[in-house]
Amino acid sequence: MIAETPAPASTFRRRRPRFGDAGLRVLAGVAAIGSLLLVALLTYKVVDEAWPSIAQFGLSFLWSEDWNAVTGEFGARDLIWGTAFSSLVAVAIAAPVAIAIGLFLSELAPRRLRAPVGALVELLAAIPSVVLGLWGIIVLGPFLQQHIEPRLGDWLGFIPLFSGSPSNVGLLPAAIVLTIMIIPIVASISRELFLSVPGDLKQGSLALGSTRWEMVRNVAIPQVSAGLVAAVILGLARALGEAIAVSQVIGGGLNFSASVFQPADTLAGRIASQYQGSTSNLQTASLAYLAVILLAMSLIANITAQLIVRRIRQRMGGAH
Amino acid sequence: MSAATPPLHLRSSTGRARRRRLVGRGMELLATLASVLAVALLAIVVASVIKEGAPALSWDFFTKAPAPFGQTNGGIANSIVGTALMTAMATAMALPAGVLIAIYNVEFAPPRVAEMVRLVLNVLAGVPTIVIGIFVYGLLVVGSGQSAAAASVALAILMLPLIARATEEVLALVPASLREAGLALGGTRARTVVRIILPTAVGGIVTSAIVAVARAAGETAPVLFTSSIVANLVSTDVHSALGSIPLSIYVNSESPSVHDQQQAWAAALVLLVFVLVLSIGGRLLSLRTRRQIERMR
Repeated sequence: MIAETPAPASTFRRRRPRFGDAGLRVLAGVAAIGSLLLVALLTYKVVDEAWPSIAQFGLSFLWSEDWNAVTGEFGARDLIWGTAFSSLVAVAIAAPVAIAIGLFLSELAPRRLRAPVGALVELLAAIPSVVLGLWGIIVLGPFLQQHIEPRLGDWLGFIPLFSGSPSNVGLLPAAIVLTIMIIPIVASISRELFLSVPGDLKQGSLALGSTRWEMVRNVAIPQVSAGLVAAVILGLARALGEAIAVSQVIGGGLNFSASVFQPADTLAGRIASQYQGSTSNLQTASLAYLAVILLAMSLIANITAQLIVRRIRQRMGGAH
Repeated sequence: MSAATPPLHLRSSTGRARRRRLVGRGMELLATLASVLAVALLAIVVASVIKEGAPALSWDFFTKAPAPFGQTNGGIANSIVGTALMTAMATAMALPAGVLIAIYNVEFAPPRVAEMVRLVLNVLAGVPTIVIGIFVYGLLVVGSGQSAAAASVALAILMLPLIARATEEVLALVPASLREAGLALGGTRARTVVRIILPTAVGGIVTSAIVAVARAAGETAPVLFTSSIVANLVSTDVHSALGSIPLSIYVNSESPSVHDQQQAWAAALVLLVFVLVLSIGGRLLSLRTRRQIERMR
């Protein structure tokens, strides 16, 4: 790569690697810049694929309800609703559970249990989404249909959300599958956050007579609250973008329904189920438009989470 | 931390103190239950997959291609070969690139640039995999058709940030004294990296690759548009579309046929065992590497 320096006397120096400092620096720098270019190219390409649809529908795509391949009318309103609903329900359930797990693994669990239980929680994240979707469609969906949804309907049927006949596919199983997916993500970040709280703060609080829970509530959680927000945003981003498991259990409903028992669809789920069988260029472009919306959501969520994390790090850096 | 016994004044059972203690116990119980729930979910899913998948496993399942429509006794050999090839190609692309990025960030980059690269890697890690699929479809499939090679590019994009971030963490763990010793002996920066830092961190780099492989082998979305129109025969031609295990689960899971669903469960069992073994192995290896590096300090 780089011209050999004049051979020195020592044999040690003659066995220098094939490329020198500059070579490695350039190679590594190119790889790093390559990753920046990759993200730029990805964004450009997806927008480019969506362009026919963006040009035709503009921003009204976002609140138009039609999705009709025959008439060539496409809009994302119902999909945005399905995505928002399933993800927000998932986050609402997963966040408290996952933060509690983080607390358990960092503060409460007997020392001997921490590593193995932590490992098991992380294994939950390792289950491929298609396997979780298979379980969702064959085990969870029918279980909900037979045992949970009739009861929810009896008790809460007066709310449109819980009206309608039970079904083995729909928003509810999708939200549950997403919950299972994001619990381990939020839990492992929460654990790291709680472990980062300085021990003297915790011990100070305990020494002042707090119970362990009071220490957690008054000292640990306020210390890491911003980080917990970031963790929840990352979980939300994961839920928004999940395509496979959701498309397996949500039923791919084409009609809007307020009930969580009924089939619905999400942005990512619609792409997964229709992109392959798309019948027109406009439909393909509209599906790519959905991808653009997803990409924008995930970029916003991830960058927000990272800015929060960076602010925390700067503050911590200043404190020590 | 060491609050095994409550502070003195809490041992009295006056109302207020008792209430505080009860609230505390209640919250601790809830946190424990949350953890039990997570472990139970893992157990339920794994148990379902074993219960439904194990009966359909046989020698034929691993060695034969799927049976023609309506017949039984088929297997997923084509998908196993496809997943192996695509993951291997993706690793061959993502591993060197990821390690180089990590080297750049730890050894060469000015802090602000390193921060920027880190941000972009995190953003890339957060891009939904289905969007990566659409990207690679537009980039490589439109015009030239589906291929396992295109799918492996999609998988490599998915793996890149995982490998780069994990490798960077391990490289940063390598004690500065080792680096300084290398430079003090007259080694160049590059020589120090290649001869001292990489060998020290090699366990961590391998771990990052294992974890990324476990993730890529189970991903469906990136292969859905890039390598999904597949023939039911075992092939190693990466210029054409090849089956993959996640794809076969996805397709069979939506089938109304009980036989297909059984095939899906069996494939899910194979995939799950593979992924969990890699994850556990990676975790153990990573603990060992960290301990080794920490002992050097």
